Amino acid sequence: MAGATSTFPASHRFETRSATRDHGLVRALLLALGLGFFALFLILPLVVVFAEALRKGWETYWAALTEPDALSAIRLTLLAAAIAVPLNLVFGVSAAWAIAKYQFRGKALLTTLIDLPFSVSPVIAGLIYVLVFGAQGWFGPLLEGYDVRIIFAVPGIVLATIFVTFPFIARELIPLMEAQGSEEEEAALVLGASGFQTFWRVTLPNIKWGLLYGVILCNARAMGEFGAVSVVSGHIRGMTNTMPLHVEILYNEYQFAAAFAVASLLALLALFTLAVKSFIEWKSAQKSDPGIRPEESLT
Amino acid sequence: MTATASRRVLPGFGLTLGFTILYLSLVVLIPLSAVFLKTATLSPEQIWNQISAPRAVASYRLTFGASLLAAMVNAVFGLILAWILVRYSFPGKKLVDALIDLPFALPTAVAGIALAAIYAKNGWIGQFLEPLGIRIAFTPAGILVALIFIGLPFVVRTVQPVLQDLDAEFEEAAASLGATRWQSVTRVVLPAILPALTTGFALAFARAVGEYGSVIFIAGNMPLVSEITPLIIITKLEQYDYAGATAIAAVMLLISFALLLVINLLQAWSARRGRREA
Amino acid sequence: MSIRVENIDKRFGTFTALNDVTLDFRTGELTALLGPSGCGKTTLLRIIAGLETADAGRILIAGEETSDKPVRERHVGFVFQHYALFRHMSVFENVAFGLRVKPRRERPGEAEIRRRVMELLDLVQLAWLAERMPAQLSGGQRQRIALARALAVEPQVLLLDEPFGALDAKVRKELRSWLRQLHETLHITSIFVTHDQEEALELADRVVVMNRGRIEQAGPPQAVYEHPANAFVHGFLGASNILRGTIRDGLFHAEGASLPARNIHQSGGEAVAYLRPHELAIARRPDPAGIPAEIRRILAFGALARIELITLAGRVPLEVELPRHDLAGLALNPGETVHLVPQGVNLFPSAEAGTLPKPVLAKAG
Repeated sequence: MAGATSTFPASHRFETRSATRDHGLVRALLLALGLGFFALFLILPLVVVFAEALRKGWETYWAALTEPDALSAIRLTLLAAAIAVPLNLVFGVSAAWAIAKYQFRGKALLTTLIDLPFSVSPVIAGLIYVLVFGAQGWFGPLLEGYDVRIIFAVPGIVLATIFVTFPFIARELIPLMEAQGSEEEEAALVLGASGFQTFWRVTLPNIKWGLLYGVILCNARAMGEFGAVSVVSGHIRGMTNTMPLHVEILYNEYQFAAAFAVASLLALLALFTLAVKSFIEWKSAQKSDPGIRPEESLT
Repeated sequence: MTATASRRVLPGFGLTLGFTILYLSLVVLIPLSAVFLKTATLSPEQIWNQISAPRAVASYRLTFGASLLAAMVNAVFGLILAWILVRYSFPGKKLVDALIDLPFALPTAVAGIALAAIYAKNGWIGQFLEPLGIRIAFTPAGILVALIFIGLPFVVRTVQPVLQDLDAEFEEAAASLGATRWQSVTRVVLPAILPALTTGFALAFARAVGEYGSVIFIAGNMPLVSEITPLIIITKLEQYDYAGATAIAAVMLLISFALLLVINLLQAWSARRGRREA
Repeated sequence: MSIRVENIDKRFGTFTALNDVTLDFRTGELTALLGPSGCGKTTLLRIIAGLETADAGRILIAGEETSDKPVRERHVGFVFQHYALFRHMSVFENVAFGLRVKPRRERPGEAEIRRRVMELLDLVQLAWLAERMPAQLSGGQRQRIALARALAVEPQVLLLDEPFGALDAKVRKELRSWLRQLHETLHITSIFVTHDQEEALELADRVVVMNRGRIEQAGPPQAVYEHPANAFVHGFLGASNILRGTIRDGLFHAEGASLPARNIHQSGGEAVAYLRPHELAIARRPDPAGIPAEIRRILAFGALARIELITLAGRVPLEVELPRHDLAGLALNPGETVHLVPQGVNLFPSAEAGTLPKPVLAKAG
């Protein structure tokens, strides 16, 4: 969901020109307001997570992470992400190829529909699968006949995860591939490359950073999703609990240190995600075309 | 001219578009349609009774009211943050810039318990507010705090690039024409970033309306007082009241779609404005 | 290899890009497709390459129908306007690409690829850049690498889309003569698209002037320049002075002068004369074929001097070009009245003048 904003090195140009330089007091006030708000709303919660997690010492922390239910929650979270992310990756690349490289009717509608899961409340994302696969749902009785469980079981969790992370990779790639145009692909085809060779050798290397960016964001959301998964999970300890659901259970049982311990793992994941994201932004800002070099004479 | 040319010479159109539509239908469109199809099996009276129940109506008021307020707070502070990130240099700026996206990356449940720990009456900040008679956790104010947290990056990240691309020459022109600094900011800069700011506001609002994870830990969830609409859906589901849950979900979905439409229009406005001022 | 384009039609929505275009390109010739933007020249080039499909008509390369052949099997070399170098590959890998993607049984070995690539880089005189990335090259260098890459697959025909469009004036001139030399060496049937008439006239064996999806005229540069088929071609191929007048008794009457009305199949009525600025002689004495005009400005820089005048009769602005030392001999002054005697007049029916893109006085391009 984050805009792919690159680094902003150029505050300099505003600070050195008299017409765009703010009065010292204004500057101090805005900095104080902005950074104060930032510290209160973003930094403090982050600090609290780690502080509360370690409040009862490392031993309790470690024990909370290694007890069987926590481990099984970690395993399930990894499993759900390991299925959802690759599927959405294939989808994202395919959708971006179709949308960015061709003109066709209904393209704008398709792009909007791909974004749809972002505007649906996570709770509703869970609900729709209950309506389709639940005991009273469309396929409920049929599935029950074959003894297949989707809702209140792992498949439901995976489905809900796929839904909420559905647009991430596609929406990173579509604008990127649109901006890059099709000339390089056309050049590859004229030179005799097949469709697959063109994609693999020309398109993919050009979109790799955007792709990684999308994967990272998709993964963070997949591992952290709470609302949608909560609806379809059934909260069976050691069976259908993901990490965020495990945090909820521990918290509701007043095992605060344990809840924050598991939460701190998720917070680390978030920090890791942001670090990779910043790295990619830095990398792509660096790699961006430095423009045509000055002409050197022939010969 | 060739830009609009049929680019079908590139292979893979049928395959990729076909897969895209199939996957979109299976994962998103067909399951979503279940909400409306299920709602359609209820009589109009049943639907009306569900969606106009006092608890439901109180939850709409709370959800939309808190979301609106949170989006307004975010519009103000998001603008300030975007401004200082673009216009000023200060130590640690890169770190601040990177951490603005924290609410996108931090699981909502983690944010929820952290905020509850901060604002509970014995919490990090709550303990100082309690003697003053101010309670945040387990009241509608707590909901507001959670919604501010999750909505902040939307405003910063939509305003920041526009502010970045806004050439200093506009303000220099205004200054050369005799405008004060205040006039050149309010009459030149703000109108230029208004579409982006409105878009960011709408995105933050839309996100807040559907939010669940970060809110329930800090809301207290008291019927008629601090119970948000998504929670009503869950409660009804847990009571196996599928019809009730679905009817309310349908209302929320329709509102989400309307918001999506508004946001698309705002973004088109934003893009147009960007081109004109480029 | 010869190329034949037969009855090609192409529309984009309601816009007709090509309207029943038929053309022959002879083996070994370098042909320029010349016209204003939107005239369909790039579309035609892309249809020949297979990057675009025609709505109707056929393409024959070496007598063989290729309309349905996918682009990768056509063996054409295509140089894109913005070069389309693969930005993540070195110069060497860019040139080697066409060899590396060949089916396994046709693919040359690594040593052979290296030899062929270096040979091509030598040909474009850029072997020393082999390990650079495209972003590290100048525009002219990118252009030559794009050409080397296109030649690597030994194409039967070479197609170049605005090959010098993105370059600055000095490099453009240099590359132009270099490309001509290269063509003399390789003799591959080549077509290039341009909107610059000077480029087309200087470089090509044959010029095809296009306008609004149709071919206005095709022929050797000299012939097209000296005997433009219509007002559009005249206007597009260089600066023109335009005079409106009437034809009577075998003479064209305009602006107080009577000019011989040759080369027009019209015995009376309105007509338009197109006069090149260097084909107007300046005389002090009145002349029946001289147009009385007042000198407005004299611009004398470089080898050619430009004189701006305005006719006495109809206040029509005119421009004359003459060698600078001729100007010195005439000792002209602004405000003076002189008589302009046309050395060559191209007369066209007045209806045709309406198809001109713009009343050209300044040099196009």
